[in-house]
Amino acid sequence: MKDTKVHTMASTIPGSRKEDIVVTIKELKKSFGDHAVLNGVNLKLFQSENLVILGRSGTGKSVLIKCMVGLIRPDSGYINILGQDVSKLSVKEMNELRLKIGFSFQGSALYDSMTVRENLEFPLKRNLGIHDKKKLNEMVMTALEDVGLAEAVNKMPAELSGGMKKRVGIARTLILKPEIMLYDEPTAGLDPITSTEINELILSVREKYHTSSIIITHDISSARETSDRVIGLVNGKCKIEGTFEQLKSAGDPDLEPFFKY
Amino acid sequence: MKFRKLLISLAEIFAFLKRVIKHFFLPPYEGREILRQCFLVGNKSLFLITFTAFLAGIVFTKQSRPSLASFGAESWLPSLVSQAVIRSLGPLITGLICAGKLGSNIGAELGSMQVSEQIDAMEVSGTRPFSYLVISRVTATTLMLPILVVYADIVALLGSFMTVNFFNSSSFMLYFNEVAANISYLDIFSSLIKSAFFGFAIGIVGCYAGYHSEKGTTGVGKAANTSVVVSMILIFVIDLLSLQFINLFRR
Repeated sequence: MKDTKVHTMASTIPGSRKEDIVVTIKELKKSFGDHAVLNGVNLKLFQSENLVILGRSGTGKSVLIKCMVGLIRPDSGYINILGQDVSKLSVKEMNELRLKIGFSFQGSALYDSMTVRENLEFPLKRNLGIHDKKKLNEMVMTALEDVGLAEAVNKMPAELSGGMKKRVGIARTLILKPEIMLYDEPTAGLDPITSTEINELILSVREKYHTSSIIITHDISSARETSDRVIGLVNGKCKIEGTFEQLKSAGDPDLEPFFKY
Repeated sequence: MKFRKLLISLAEIFAFLKRVIKHFFLPPYEGREILRQCFLVGNKSLFLITFTAFLAGIVFTKQSRPSLASFGAESWLPSLVSQAVIRSLGPLITGLICAGKLGSNIGAELGSMQVSEQIDAMEVSGTRPFSYLVISRVTATTLMLPILVVYADIVALLGSFMTVNFFNSSSFMLYFNEVAANISYLDIFSSLIKSAFFGFAIGIVGCYAGYHSEKGTTGVGKAANTSVVVSMILIFVIDLLSLQFINLFRR
């Protein structure tokens, strides 16, 4: 029989006191038909921590963060974000909580009928009711400068490269000043140089916005560069956790192939 | 298994319809987006409606004229054409054109937004995309179809007048006096209400198909296709039902 206990190796996570916990997930389960994608996931995210969830494609990494923001309803389990039990929130309360969570999509998910400026203005106008052109412009330019793309403000998403789209997607979430960032495969499909730039951006976002982040990836170099702590997700369960170096030296048969690259 | 799938789909459609009706009355009210969608609805279909309604007016008049002439009732031509155009031809042509033009557009647009996670992105940023994307489109198609139908009726009658004038040199005033004398308020209002239902059906079907589009490019194509086919079928069903209903008043 397989050992289902999570192997915890990180003994000294920065700021890992109980009061610093921003996300708690307990026994989270989700199935699609007969296929169990999440099989009892348990995890905690601490204040200002970059937590990388590493795992093969199809192990439920994206489903996990989509459950966190209410895009997918889990079958069972408990999700607490910033002290709020997600399953007990009304639609209005959920939308208010979502304002504190930034979600960077794998495919950027930029609104392709709008310019970069309109993409960034959209949540400001609709969520915060800001319509003052001067203020909007100031906020848009600040967010774009933070991701190094001020010159792309009037471009359409179709005119941007993959890396630029990711940056604009991140800028669109940053404009609402989130407390938690969720990155879904931030470096997927990018060349190594652009991947490094995105990894640096993830670190600089934490520095500037003091965000706590969950980074979903199967890119080992991204995990190494961005993580404070790594969780190995295997068969819908958190199998092993620790720092990047601890996981690398642990020799776990399910995760070892990642470290060979 | 197929029957179970059908029942699930019906339940989903019913839930979607319920959600749409509920959101009609709930804030946020998307005034600016509704106006933008109304403009797009009119703008996208105006040329095609003008062209087809004008031709339909000519063809119907040319086809009816010999039959009426054979028993000396040529003077009834404006009466026949006006009743046919206002009661059925105008709403039907407009409905079918909008089903093709707008239904496919809404289905494909929302479908590709769904596939590329743009709707999810709106959802997670708390921007309530349902009102923005669905309610605005359904409202726009429901409001614009009656307006487009009135326009199509006028264009078709103009086409008819030009045909009559070509053969008989009839005056504009005489022709349209005949038209006005032979249509009732019931004809006009029933036509407008029926076309509002056409618009509602086109909007709902397009939005449902797009919002529930399957992943991948085939999903988008399927959403566009479903929007057109189902909207067209619904237009004929609504036409038949409204005819049955209005006949109760005519008797």
